[in-house]
Amino acid sequence: MRADSRATTAVVGAVLGVGALITAFPFFWMVSGSVKPRSEATGHPPGLLPHEPTPEYFAQLFGRLDFAAHLLNTCVLVLIGMAGVVITAMAGYGFAKFRFRGRGPLFFLVLATMMVPVQATMIPTYLLLNGVRLTDTLLGAALPTLVSGFSVFLFRQFISTVPTEMIEAARVDGAGEARIFCRIVLPVCRPIMAVQLVLAFIGSWNSLLWPLIIADDQRHYPLSVGVSLLNRQIATNPSLQMAGATLMVVPVLIVFVFFQRSIVRGFTLSGLR
Amino acid sequence: MSRQIIPYAFIAPAMLLLLAFGVLPIAVALLVSLTDLDLAGLGDWAGAGYVGLDNYRSLLADSAFWQAMANTGVYTVLGVPAVVVTSLAVALLLNRSEGRFFRALRAFYFVPAVTAIVAVSLVWGYLYNTQFGLLNHLLGVAGLPPVRWLTDPALVKPSVAVVAVWRGTALNIIIFLAALKAIPREYLEAAALDGASELRRITSIVLPLLRFAIVFVTVTTVIAWLQIFDEPYVLTKGGPLGASTSVSLFLYQQGFSSGRFGYAGAGTLVLFLVIAAVTLLQVRARRLDAS
Repeated sequence: MRADSRATTAVVGAVLGVGALITAFPFFWMVSGSVKPRSEATGHPPGLLPHEPTPEYFAQLFGRLDFAAHLLNTCVLVLIGMAGVVITAMAGYGFAKFRFRGRGPLFFLVLATMMVPVQATMIPTYLLLNGVRLTDTLLGAALPTLVSGFSVFLFRQFISTVPTEMIEAARVDGAGEARIFCRIVLPVCRPIMAVQLVLAFIGSWNSLLWPLIIADDQRHYPLSVGVSLLNRQIATNPSLQMAGATLMVVPVLIVFVFFQRSIVRGFTLSGLR
Repeated sequence: MSRQIIPYAFIAPAMLLLLAFGVLPIAVALLVSLTDLDLAGLGDWAGAGYVGLDNYRSLLADSAFWQAMANTGVYTVLGVPAVVVTSLAVALLLNRSEGRFFRALRAFYFVPAVTAIVAVSLVWGYLYNTQFGLLNHLLGVAGLPPVRWLTDPALVKPSVAVVAVWRGTALNIIIFLAALKAIPREYLEAAALDGASELRRITSIVLPLLRFAIVFVTVTTVIAWLQIFDEPYVLTKGGPLGASTSVSLFLYQQGFSSGRFGYAGAGTLVLFLVIAAVTLLQVRARRLDAS
Protein backbone atom coordinates (compact mmCIF):
# COMPACT_ATOMS: atom_id res chain seq x y z
CA MET A 1 0.00 0.00 0.00
CA ARG A 2 2.70 2.44 1.04
CA ALA A 3 5.04 1.52 -1.81
CA ASP A 4 2.09 1.70 -4.16
CA SER A 5 1.35 5.27 -3.11
CA ARG A 6 5.00 6.22 -3.47
CA ALA A 7 5.04 4.82 -6.99
CA THR A 8 1.96 6.87 -7.85
CA THR A 9 3.66 9.99 -6.54
CA ALA A 10 6.66 9.26 -8.73
CA VAL A 11 4.46 8.87 -11.80
CA VAL A 12 2.58 12.08 -10.97
CA GLY A 13 5.91 13.83 -10.50
CA ALA A 14 7.09 12.65 -13.89
CA VAL A 15 3.88 13.79 -15.59
CA LEU A 16 4.10 17.18 -13.90
CA GLY A 17 7.76 17.44 -14.86
CA VAL A 18 6.92 16.94 -18.53
CA GLY A 19 4.07 19.45 -18.24
CA ALA A 20 6.41 21.98 -16.63
CA LEU A 21 8.90 21.57 -19.47
CA ILE A 22 6.14 22.14 -22.04
CA THR A 23 4.92 25.20 -20.14
CA ALA A 24 8.40 26.64 -19.94
CA PHE A 25 9.41 25.75 -23.48
CA PRO A 26 8.16 28.95 -25.17
CA PHE A 27 10.41 30.95 -22.82
CA PHE A 28 13.39 28.79 -23.68
CA TRP A 29 12.63 29.16 -27.39
CA MET A 30 12.33 32.92 -26.96
CA VAL A 31 15.71 33.36 -25.26
CA SER A 32 17.41 30.95 -27.63
CA GLY A 33 15.88 32.69 -30.66
CA SER A 34 16.90 36.14 -29.43
CA VAL A 35 20.60 35.38 -29.88
CA LYS A 36 20.35 33.34 -33.09
CA PRO A 37 21.51 35.04 -36.26
CA ARG A 38 18.51 35.57 -38.52
CA SER A 39 19.66 32.88 -40.95
CA GLU A 40 19.57 30.38 -38.11
CA ALA A 41 16.25 31.57 -36.72
CA THR A 42 14.58 31.11 -40.10
CA GLY A 43 16.66 28.14 -41.24
CA HIS A 44 15.89 24.48 -41.60
CA PRO A 45 16.05 22.46 -39.46
CA PRO A 46 15.61 24.80 -36.48
CA GLY A 47 18.30 24.16 -33.86
CA LEU A 48 17.48 24.10 -30.16
CA LEU A 49 20.48 26.25 -29.29
CA PRO A 50 22.17 28.92 -31.41
CA HIS A 51 25.36 27.81 -33.17
CA GLU A 52 26.82 31.28 -33.36
CA PRO A 53 25.09 33.37 -30.70
CA THR A 54 25.00 37.09 -31.40
CA PRO A 55 23.91 40.12 -29.35
CA GLU A 56 23.21 41.91 -32.65
CA TYR A 57 19.42 42.05 -32.25
CA PHE A 58 19.54 43.55 -28.78
CA ALA A 59 21.91 46.15 -30.22
CA GLN A 60 19.38 46.81 -33.01
CA LEU A 61 16.57 47.30 -30.47
CA PHE A 62 18.56 50.02 -28.75
CA GLY A 63 20.29 51.40 -31.82
CA ARG A 64 18.12 51.34 -34.93
CA LEU A 65 14.88 51.14 -32.94
CA ASP A 66 13.64 53.28 -30.07
CA PHE A 67 13.73 50.70 -27.30
CA ALA A 68 15.77 52.86 -24.94
CA ALA A 69 12.89 55.35 -24.93
CA HIS A 70 10.35 52.51 -24.69
CA LEU A 71 12.15 51.10 -21.67
CA LEU A 72 12.22 54.49 -20.00
CA ASN A 73 8.49 54.97 -20.64
CA THR A 74 7.75 51.57 -19.16
CA CYS A 75 9.70 52.56 -16.04
CA VAL A 76 7.61 55.73 -15.76
CA LEU A 77 4.43 53.64 -16.07
CA VAL A 78 5.71 51.36 -13.30
CA LEU A 79 6.41 54.33 -11.02
CA ILE A 80 2.94 55.77 -11.62
CA GLY A 81 1.47 52.32 -10.94
CA MET A 82 3.30 52.16 -7.63
CA ALA A 83 2.06 55.64 -6.68
CA GLY A 84 -1.40 54.19 -7.29
CA VAL A 85 -0.80 51.72 -4.48
CA VAL A 86 -0.27 54.61 -2.05
CA ILE A 87 -3.50 56.23 -3.23
CA THR A 88 -5.25 52.92 -2.71
CA ALA A 89 -3.80 52.56 0.80
CA MET A 90 -5.01 56.09 1.63
CA ALA A 91 -8.55 55.17 0.60
CA GLY A 92 -8.37 51.91 2.56
CA TYR A 93 -7.29 53.88 5.64
CA GLY A 94 -10.07 56.42 5.16
CA PHE A 95 -12.71 53.71 5.01
CA ALA A 96 -11.22 51.63 7.83
CA LYS A 97 -10.53 54.21 10.54
CA PHE A 98 -12.93 57.12 10.06
CA ARG A 99 -16.66 57.46 10.50
CA PHE A 100 -18.08 60.00 8.10
CA ARG A 101 -21.21 60.87 6.21
CA GLY A 102 -21.79 58.73 3.16
CA ARG A 103 -19.25 56.11 4.16
CA GLY A 104 -21.59 53.18 3.57
CA PRO A 105 -22.85 54.25 0.13
CA LEU A 106 -19.35 55.32 -0.98
CA PHE A 107 -17.86 51.98 0.00
CA PHE A 108 -20.68 50.21 -1.78
CA LEU A 109 -19.73 52.24 -4.85
CA VAL A 110 -16.12 51.03 -4.50
CA LEU A 111 -17.33 47.43 -4.46
CA ALA A 112 -19.71 48.06 -7.37
CA THR A 113 -16.86 49.21 -9.61
CA MET A 114 -15.42 45.70 -9.28
CA MET A 115 -18.23 44.56 -11.57
CA VAL A 116 -17.25 46.90 -14.40
CA PRO A 117 -14.91 45.33 -16.95
CA VAL A 118 -12.30 48.03 -17.57
CA GLN A 119 -11.03 46.59 -20.83
CA ALA A 120 -14.50 46.44 -22.36
CA THR A 121 -15.02 50.17 -21.85
CA MET A 122 -11.91 51.28 -23.74
CA ILE A 123 -13.82 53.55 -26.17
CA PRO A 124 -15.64 55.75 -23.64
CA THR A 125 -12.53 55.79 -21.40
CA TYR A 126 -10.50 57.04 -24.34
CA LEU A 127 -13.08 59.74 -24.99
CA LEU A 128 -12.94 60.81 -21.33
CA LEU A 129 -9.13 61.02 -21.35
CA ASN A 130 -9.27 62.89 -24.62
CA GLY A 131 -11.75 65.31 -23.07
CA VAL A 132 -9.27 66.21 -20.31
CA ARG A 133 -6.31 66.33 -22.75
CA LEU A 134 -4.54 63.32 -21.27
CA THR A 135 -4.22 61.40 -24.52
CA ASP A 136 -0.67 60.90 -25.68
CA THR A 137 0.65 61.10 -22.11
CA LEU A 138 1.97 58.27 -19.96
CA LEU A 139 -0.21 59.47 -17.09
CA GLY A 140 -3.27 58.96 -19.29
CA ALA A 141 -2.12 55.43 -20.14
CA ALA A 142 -1.67 54.57 -16.45
CA LEU A 143 -4.79 56.16 -14.94
CA PRO A 144 -7.55 53.74 -16.06
CA THR A 145 -6.09 50.80 -14.12
CA LEU A 146 -4.37 52.75 -11.34
CA VAL A 147 -6.90 51.97 -8.61
CA SER A 148 -9.13 48.93 -8.38
CA GLY A 149 -12.10 48.58 -6.08
CA PHE A 150 -10.79 45.26 -4.91
CA SER A 151 -7.43 46.64 -3.73
CA VAL A 152 -9.21 49.39 -1.80
CA PHE A 153 -11.26 46.64 -0.19
CA LEU A 154 -8.12 44.64 0.68
CA PHE A 155 -6.42 47.64 2.29
CA ARG A 156 -9.54 48.47 4.26
CA GLN A 157 -9.73 44.91 5.59
CA PHE A 158 -6.07 44.95 6.54
CA ILE A 159 -6.07 48.38 8.20
CA SER A 160 -9.22 47.51 10.18
CA THR A 161 -7.07 45.12 12.22
CA VAL A 162 -4.66 47.91 13.25
CA PRO A 163 -5.49 49.00 16.85
CA THR A 164 -7.19 52.37 16.78
CA GLU A 165 -5.46 53.28 20.08
CA MET A 166 -2.13 53.55 18.25
CA ILE A 167 -3.56 56.17 15.93
CA GLU A 168 -5.38 58.01 18.72
CA ALA A 169 -2.23 58.13 20.85
CA ALA A 170 -0.30 59.73 18.00
CA ARG A 171 -3.11 62.23 17.52
CA VAL A 172 -3.03 63.13 21.21
CA ASP A 173 0.72 63.67 20.88
CA GLY A 174 -0.10 66.25 18.23
CA ALA A 175 0.93 64.34 15.10
CA GLY A 176 -0.71 65.61 11.90
CA GLU A 177 -2.93 63.34 9.84
CA ALA A 178 -0.43 63.02 6.98
CA ARG A 179 2.28 62.13 9.48
CA ILE A 180 0.10 59.50 11.14
CA PHE A 181 -0.58 57.94 7.76
CA CYS A 182 3.08 57.88 6.71
CA ARG A 183 4.63 56.94 10.06
CA ILE A 184 2.04 54.56 11.53
CA VAL A 185 -0.40 53.28 8.94
CA LEU A 186 1.95 52.65 6.02
CA PRO A 187 4.59 50.78 8.07
CA VAL A 188 1.92 48.53 9.57
CA CYS A 189 0.65 47.80 6.08
CA ARG A 190 4.04 46.57 4.91
CA PRO A 191 2.98 42.97 4.13
CA ILE A 192 0.05 43.95 1.96
CA MET A 193 1.98 46.89 0.48
CA ALA A 194 4.68 44.50 -0.68
CA VAL A 195 2.14 42.29 -2.41
CA GLN A 196 0.37 45.21 -4.03
CA LEU A 197 3.57 46.92 -5.15
CA VAL A 198 4.86 43.78 -6.83
CA LEU A 199 1.52 43.25 -8.56
CA ALA A 200 1.50 46.91 -9.61
CA PHE A 201 4.97 46.50 -11.07
CA ILE A 202 3.94 43.46 -13.08
CA GLY A 203 0.65 44.99 -14.19
CA SER A 204 2.21 48.27 -15.33
CA TRP A 205 5.20 46.60 -16.96
CA ASN A 206 2.98 44.28 -18.99
CA SER A 207 0.04 46.55 -19.83
CA LEU A 208 -0.61 46.80 -23.56
CA LEU A 209 -4.15 48.00 -24.22
CA TRP A 210 -4.11 51.44 -22.58
CA PRO A 211 -0.71 52.61 -23.84
CA LEU A 212 -1.70 51.31 -27.27
CA ILE A 213 -4.83 53.44 -27.26
CA ILE A 214 -3.49 56.50 -25.47
CA ALA A 215 0.02 56.92 -26.91
CA ASP A 216 0.03 58.50 -30.37
CA ASP A 217 3.60 59.67 -30.66
CA GLN A 218 6.08 56.85 -31.06
CA ARG A 219 8.32 58.49 -28.45
CA HIS A 220 5.60 57.82 -25.86
CA TYR A 221 5.38 54.08 -26.52
CA PRO A 222 6.32 51.77 -23.67
CA LEU A 223 7.99 48.39 -24.26
CA SER A 224 4.69 46.56 -24.71
CA VAL A 225 3.64 48.69 -27.68
CA GLY A 226 7.17 48.67 -29.14
CA VAL A 227 7.25 44.88 -28.92
CA SER A 228 3.80 44.53 -30.51
CA LEU A 229 5.01 46.65 -33.45
CA LEU A 230 7.87 44.20 -34.12
CA ASN A 231 5.21 41.95 -35.59
CA ARG A 232 4.27 44.53 -38.19
CA GLN A 233 7.57 45.01 -39.91
CA ILE A 234 7.41 44.10 -43.56
CA ALA A 235 10.00 41.32 -43.44
CA THR A 236 9.44 39.18 -40.36
CA ASN A 237 12.62 38.97 -38.35
CA PRO A 238 12.08 36.39 -35.62
CA SER A 239 15.44 37.07 -33.98
CA LEU A 240 14.54 40.71 -33.49
CA GLN A 241 11.08 39.77 -32.22
CA MET A 242 12.50 37.29 -29.75
CA ALA A 243 15.04 39.85 -28.56
CA GLY A 244 12.21 42.33 -27.89
CA ALA A 245 10.14 39.67 -26.13
CA THR A 246 13.14 38.63 -24.02
CA LEU A 247 13.76 42.23 -23.00
CA MET A 248 10.16 42.39 -21.77
CA VAL A 249 9.94 39.03 -20.07
CA VAL A 250 13.31 38.58 -18.34
CA PRO A 251 12.96 41.49 -15.84
CA VAL A 252 9.57 40.14 -14.78
CA LEU A 253 11.04 36.65 -14.42
CA ILE A 254 13.73 38.06 -12.14
CA VAL A 255 11.10 39.86 -10.06
CA PHE A 256 9.13 36.62 -9.96
CA VAL A 257 12.09 34.62 -8.68
CA PHE A 258 12.67 37.09 -5.83
CA PHE A 259 9.06 37.82 -4.93
CA GLN A 260 7.36 34.54 -5.76
CA ARG A 261 5.79 34.40 -2.29
CA SER A 262 4.29 37.88 -2.47
CA ILE A 263 3.05 37.29 -6.00
CA VAL A 264 1.41 34.00 -5.17
CA ARG A 265 -0.12 35.54 -2.05
CA GLY A 266 -1.46 38.44 -4.11
CA PHE A 267 -3.04 36.16 -6.68
CA THR A 268 -4.47 33.99 -3.92
CA LEU A 269 -6.08 37.03 -2.30
CA SER A 270 -7.61 37.98 -5.63
CA GLY A 271 -9.11 34.51 -5.65
CA LEU A 272 -10.87 35.04 -2.35
CA ARG A 273 -13.19 37.80 -3.42
CA MET B 1 -8.13 71.80 8.31
CA SER B 2 -11.50 70.92 9.73
CA ARG B 3 -11.62 67.41 11.21
CA GLN B 4 -14.60 66.45 9.08
CA ILE B 5 -12.75 66.90 5.82
CA ILE B 6 -9.92 64.54 6.74
CA PRO B 7 -11.51 61.21 5.74
CA TYR B 8 -12.73 62.68 2.47
CA ALA B 9 -9.22 63.90 1.73
CA PHE B 10 -7.91 60.35 2.19
CA ILE B 11 -10.47 58.67 -0.02
CA ALA B 12 -10.87 61.41 -2.63
CA PRO B 13 -8.06 60.49 -5.09
CA ALA B 14 -9.04 56.83 -5.28
CA MET B 15 -12.76 57.62 -5.40
CA LEU B 16 -12.28 60.10 -8.23
CA LEU B 17 -10.32 57.55 -10.26
CA LEU B 18 -12.86 54.80 -9.59
CA LEU B 19 -15.70 57.10 -10.61
CA ALA B 20 -13.87 58.35 -13.69
CA PHE B 21 -12.91 54.89 -14.98
CA GLY B 22 -15.40 52.55 -13.33
CA VAL B 23 -18.69 54.41 -13.53
CA LEU B 24 -18.45 57.33 -15.91
CA PRO B 25 -17.40 55.30 -19.00
CA ILE B 26 -20.72 53.48 -19.01
CA ALA B 27 -22.63 56.76 -18.98
CA VAL B 28 -20.35 58.10 -21.72
CA ALA B 29 -20.84 54.95 -23.81
CA LEU B 30 -24.60 55.33 -23.47
CA LEU B 31 -24.50 59.01 -24.47
CA VAL B 32 -22.04 58.57 -27.33
CA SER B 33 -23.91 55.57 -28.71
CA LEU B 34 -26.83 57.88 -29.48
CA THR B 35 -24.65 60.16 -31.62
CA ASP B 36 -22.62 59.96 -34.82
CA LEU B 37 -19.41 61.07 -33.07
CA ASP B 38 -16.41 60.42 -35.31
CA LEU B 39 -12.75 61.38 -35.53
CA ALA B 40 -13.63 64.92 -36.68
CA GLY B 41 -16.03 65.28 -33.75
CA LEU B 42 -13.30 64.45 -31.22
CA GLY B 43 -11.88 67.97 -31.18
CA ASP B 44 -15.29 69.55 -31.06
CA TRP B 45 -18.05 67.46 -29.49
CA ALA B 46 -20.66 69.94 -30.67
CA GLY B 47 -20.11 68.64 -34.19
CA ALA B 48 -21.64 65.28 -33.27
CA GLY B 49 -25.33 64.90 -34.00
CA TYR B 50 -28.04 62.95 -32.22
CA VAL B 51 -29.00 59.87 -34.21
CA GLY B 52 -31.27 58.03 -31.78
CA LEU B 53 -30.92 54.28 -31.91
CA ASP B 54 -29.41 54.20 -35.41
CA ASN B 55 -26.06 52.90 -34.14
CA TYR B 56 -27.73 49.96 -32.41
CA ARG B 57 -29.80 49.24 -35.49
CA SER B 58 -26.79 49.14 -37.78
CA LEU B 59 -24.74 47.23 -35.19
CA LEU B 60 -27.33 44.47 -35.04
CA ALA B 61 -27.37 44.38 -38.84
CA ASP B 62 -23.57 44.35 -39.11
CA SER B 63 -22.29 40.93 -40.10
CA ALA B 64 -18.79 41.85 -38.88
CA PHE B 65 -20.19 42.51 -35.40
CA TRP B 66 -21.98 39.18 -35.35
CA GLN B 67 -18.86 37.46 -36.60
CA ALA B 68 -16.91 39.01 -33.72
CA MET B 69 -19.64 37.97 -31.27
CA ALA B 70 -19.60 34.42 -32.64
CA ASN B 71 -15.79 34.30 -32.52
CA THR B 72 -15.83 35.48 -28.91
CA GLY B 73 -18.40 32.79 -28.16
CA VAL B 74 -16.17 30.16 -29.75
CA TYR B 75 -13.13 31.43 -27.79
CA THR B 76 -15.11 31.23 -24.57
CA VAL B 77 -16.53 27.77 -25.29
CA LEU B 78 -13.10 26.43 -26.26
CA GLY B 79 -11.08 28.26 -23.65
CA VAL B 80 -13.04 28.26 -20.41
CA PRO B 81 -13.50 24.48 -20.01
CA ALA B 82 -9.89 23.95 -21.08
CA VAL B 83 -8.60 26.48 -18.54
CA VAL B 84 -10.78 25.25 -15.66
CA VAL B 85 -10.15 21.53 -16.22
CA THR B 86 -6.41 21.91 -16.87
CA SER B 87 -5.76 24.19 -13.92
CA LEU B 88 -7.83 22.03 -11.57
CA ALA B 89 -6.06 18.86 -12.71
CA VAL B 90 -2.60 20.40 -12.40
CA ALA B 91 -3.45 21.83 -8.97
CA LEU B 92 -4.69 18.41 -7.74
CA LEU B 93 -1.50 16.76 -8.99
CA LEU B 94 0.78 19.47 -7.57
CA ASN B 95 -1.01 19.16 -4.24
CA ARG B 96 -0.15 15.46 -3.96
CA SER B 97 3.20 16.08 -2.38
CA GLU B 98 4.89 18.78 -0.34
CA GLY B 99 8.30 17.54 -1.48
CA ARG B 100 10.95 19.89 -2.73
CA PHE B 101 10.60 18.67 -6.32
CA PHE B 102 6.86 19.40 -6.39
CA ARG B 103 7.35 22.84 -4.87
CA ALA B 104 9.99 23.68 -7.46
CA LEU B 105 7.64 22.55 -10.24
CA ARG B 106 5.00 25.03 -9.07
CA ALA B 107 7.16 27.95 -10.15
CA PHE B 108 7.15 26.66 -13.72
CA TYR B 109 3.38 26.49 -13.80
CA PHE B 110 2.97 29.93 -12.21
CA VAL B 111 5.29 31.87 -14.50
CA PRO B 112 2.90 32.43 -17.45
CA ALA B 113 0.64 34.40 -15.09
CA VAL B 114 3.21 37.18 -14.74
CA THR B 115 4.72 37.44 -18.21
CA ALA B 116 3.47 39.97 -20.75
CA ILE B 117 0.85 38.61 -23.14
CA VAL B 118 2.29 40.71 -25.94
CA ALA B 119 5.76 39.15 -25.63
CA VAL B 120 4.37 35.67 -25.18
CA SER B 121 2.08 36.07 -28.20
CA LEU B 122 5.10 37.00 -30.33
CA VAL B 123 6.86 33.82 -29.23
CA TRP B 124 3.82 31.73 -30.10
CA GLY B 125 3.54 33.53 -33.42
CA TYR B 126 7.09 32.40 -34.13
CA LEU B 127 6.27 28.81 -33.09
CA TYR B 128 3.19 28.91 -35.38
CA ASN B 129 5.01 30.47 -38.35
CA THR B 130 4.23 28.57 -41.55
CA GLN B 131 7.67 28.99 -43.15
CA PHE B 132 10.09 28.53 -40.28
CA GLY B 133 7.96 27.77 -37.22
CA LEU B 134 8.95 24.93 -34.92
CA LEU B 135 5.50 23.33 -34.85
CA ASN B 136 5.35 22.73 -38.60
CA HIS B 137 8.92 21.47 -38.52
CA LEU B 138 7.91 18.91 -35.88
CA LEU B 139 4.90 17.90 -38.00
CA GLY B 140 7.28 17.45 -40.93
CA VAL B 141 9.54 15.22 -38.85
CA ALA B 142 6.51 13.12 -37.97
CA GLY B 143 5.70 12.87 -41.70
CA LEU B 144 2.65 15.13 -41.53
CA PRO B 145 1.84 17.99 -43.91
CA PRO B 146 2.37 21.58 -42.64
CA VAL B 147 -0.57 23.40 -41.06
CA ARG B 148 -1.53 27.07 -41.57
CA TRP B 149 -2.04 27.70 -37.86
CA LEU B 150 -2.88 31.39 -38.07
CA THR B 151 -4.03 31.82 -41.67
CA ASP B 152 -6.52 28.98 -41.99
CA PRO B 153 -9.95 30.44 -41.02
CA ALA B 154 -10.98 27.15 -39.42
CA LEU B 155 -7.81 26.75 -37.35
CA VAL B 156 -7.03 30.30 -36.31
CA LYS B 157 -9.45 30.43 -33.36
CA PRO B 158 -8.15 27.24 -31.71
CA SER B 159 -4.56 28.41 -32.34
CA VAL B 160 -5.22 31.76 -30.64
CA ALA B 161 -7.15 30.03 -27.85
CA VAL B 162 -4.20 27.71 -27.07
CA VAL B 163 -2.03 30.73 -26.30
CA ALA B 164 -4.68 32.21 -24.00
CA VAL B 165 -5.21 28.84 -22.28
CA TRP B 166 -1.46 28.42 -21.74
CA ARG B 167 -1.49 31.79 -20.03
CA GLY B 168 -4.83 31.57 -18.23
CA THR B 169 -4.21 28.30 -16.41
CA ALA B 170 -1.31 29.70 -14.38
CA LEU B 171 -3.35 32.14 -12.28
CA ASN B 172 -6.10 29.59 -11.66
CA ILE B 173 -3.65 26.89 -10.58
CA ILE B 174 -2.57 29.30 -7.84
CA ILE B 175 -6.17 29.87 -6.77
CA PHE B 176 -7.04 26.16 -6.78
CA LEU B 177 -3.90 25.30 -4.80
CA ALA B 178 -4.86 27.82 -2.14
CA ALA B 179 -8.36 26.34 -1.96
CA LEU B 180 -6.91 22.81 -1.69
CA LYS B 181 -4.70 23.90 1.21
CA ALA B 182 -7.82 25.03 3.05
CA ILE B 183 -9.32 21.54 3.09
CA PRO B 184 -8.86 20.03 6.58
CA ARG B 185 -6.46 17.09 6.39
CA GLU B 186 -8.57 15.13 8.92
CA TYR B 187 -11.37 14.70 6.39
CA LEU B 188 -9.06 12.98 3.95
CA GLU B 189 -7.33 10.91 6.62
CA ALA B 190 -10.65 9.71 8.01
CA ALA B 191 -11.80 8.71 4.54
CA ALA B 192 -8.52 6.92 3.90
CA LEU B 193 -8.93 4.96 7.17
CA ASP B 194 -12.39 3.95 6.04
CA GLY B 195 -10.75 2.51 2.95
CA ALA B 196 -11.78 5.13 0.38
CA SER B 197 -9.49 5.04 -2.65
CA GLU B 198 -7.63 8.15 -3.73
CA LEU B 199 -9.92 8.73 -6.69
CA ARG B 200 -12.92 8.32 -4.45
CA ARG B 201 -11.53 10.82 -1.95
CA ILE B 202 -11.08 13.33 -4.74
CA THR B 203 -14.55 12.93 -6.23
CA SER B 204 -16.44 12.63 -2.93
CA ILE B 205 -14.57 15.01 -0.66
CA VAL B 206 -12.17 17.31 -2.47
CA LEU B 207 -14.27 18.34 -5.46
CA PRO B 208 -17.43 19.12 -3.45
CA LEU B 209 -15.36 21.22 -1.05
CA LEU B 210 -13.81 23.04 -4.01
CA ARG B 211 -17.23 23.91 -5.43
CA PHE B 212 -16.94 27.55 -4.46
CA ALA B 213 -13.47 27.92 -5.98
CA ILE B 214 -14.61 26.18 -9.16
CA VAL B 215 -17.58 28.52 -9.57
CA PHE B 216 -15.35 31.53 -8.90
CA VAL B 217 -12.68 30.47 -11.36
CA THR B 218 -15.25 29.62 -14.02
CA VAL B 219 -17.00 32.98 -13.79
CA THR B 220 -13.85 35.11 -13.71
CA THR B 221 -12.48 33.08 -16.61
CA VAL B 222 -15.68 33.58 -18.62
CA ILE B 223 -15.51 37.34 -17.97
CA ALA B 224 -11.85 37.45 -19.01
CA TRP B 225 -12.46 35.49 -22.21
CA LEU B 226 -15.44 37.64 -23.19
CA GLN B 227 -12.96 40.55 -23.28
CA ILE B 228 -10.08 38.72 -24.98
CA PHE B 229 -7.97 41.26 -26.86
CA ASP B 230 -4.18 40.99 -26.57
CA GLU B 231 -3.72 37.54 -28.09
CA PRO B 232 -5.70 38.07 -31.31
CA TYR B 233 -4.39 41.64 -31.59
CA VAL B 234 -0.75 40.55 -31.56
CA LEU B 235 -1.07 37.17 -33.29
CA THR B 236 -3.45 37.88 -36.17
CA LYS B 237 -4.89 41.43 -36.01
CA GLY B 238 -8.21 39.59 -36.19
CA GLY B 239 -7.55 37.95 -39.56
CA PRO B 240 -7.86 36.10 -41.84
CA LEU B 241 -10.99 37.98 -42.97
CA GLY B 242 -12.14 38.60 -39.42
CA ALA B 243 -12.03 34.92 -38.49
CA SER B 244 -10.23 35.63 -35.21
CA THR B 245 -11.65 39.09 -34.36
CA SER B 246 -13.01 39.23 -30.81
CA VAL B 247 -15.63 41.77 -29.73
CA SER B 248 -12.97 43.84 -27.92
CA LEU B 249 -10.82 43.84 -31.04
CA PHE B 250 -13.85 44.76 -33.16
CA LEU B 251 -14.58 47.73 -30.88
CA TYR B 252 -10.92 48.76 -31.00
CA GLN B 253 -10.92 48.67 -34.80
CA GLN B 254 -14.23 50.53 -35.11
CA GLY B 255 -13.07 53.21 -32.69
CA PHE B 256 -9.41 53.68 -33.43
CA SER B 257 -8.98 52.50 -37.02
CA SER B 258 -12.26 53.75 -38.46
CA GLY B 259 -12.93 56.57 -35.98
CA ARG B 260 -16.58 55.54 -35.56
CA PHE B 261 -16.84 56.35 -31.86
CA GLY B 262 -20.62 56.52 -31.67
CA TYR B 263 -20.89 53.12 -33.31
CA ALA B 264 -18.19 51.61 -31.09
CA GLY B 265 -19.97 53.14 -28.07
CA ALA B 266 -23.08 51.15 -28.93
CA GLY B 267 -20.98 47.97 -29.18
CA THR B 268 -19.37 48.76 -25.82
CA LEU B 269 -22.75 48.91 -24.16
CA VAL B 270 -23.81 45.59 -25.68
CA LEU B 271 -20.58 43.91 -24.48
CA PHE B 272 -20.99 45.51 -21.06
CA LEU B 273 -24.54 44.18 -20.74
CA VAL B 274 -23.41 40.66 -21.67
CA ILE B 275 -20.64 40.74 -19.05
CA ALA B 276 -22.95 42.28 -16.43
CA ALA B 277 -25.46 39.47 -17.04
CA VAL B 278 -22.73 36.86 -16.48
CA THR B 279 -21.61 38.61 -13.27
CA LEU B 280 -25.15 38.78 -11.93
CA LEU B 281 -25.59 35.07 -12.66
CA GLN B 282 -22.55 34.46 -10.45
CA VAL B 283 -23.96 36.54 -7.60
CA ARG B 284 -27.24 34.67 -7.86
CA ALA B 285 -25.54 31.26 -8.01
CA ARG B 286 -23.55 32.11 -4.91
CA ARG B 287 -26.67 33.22 -3.05
CA LEU B 288 -28.47 29.99 -3.98
CA ASP B 289 -25.39 28.11 -2.87
CA ALA B 290 -25.32 29.84 0.50
CA SER B 291 -28.99 29.27 1.29
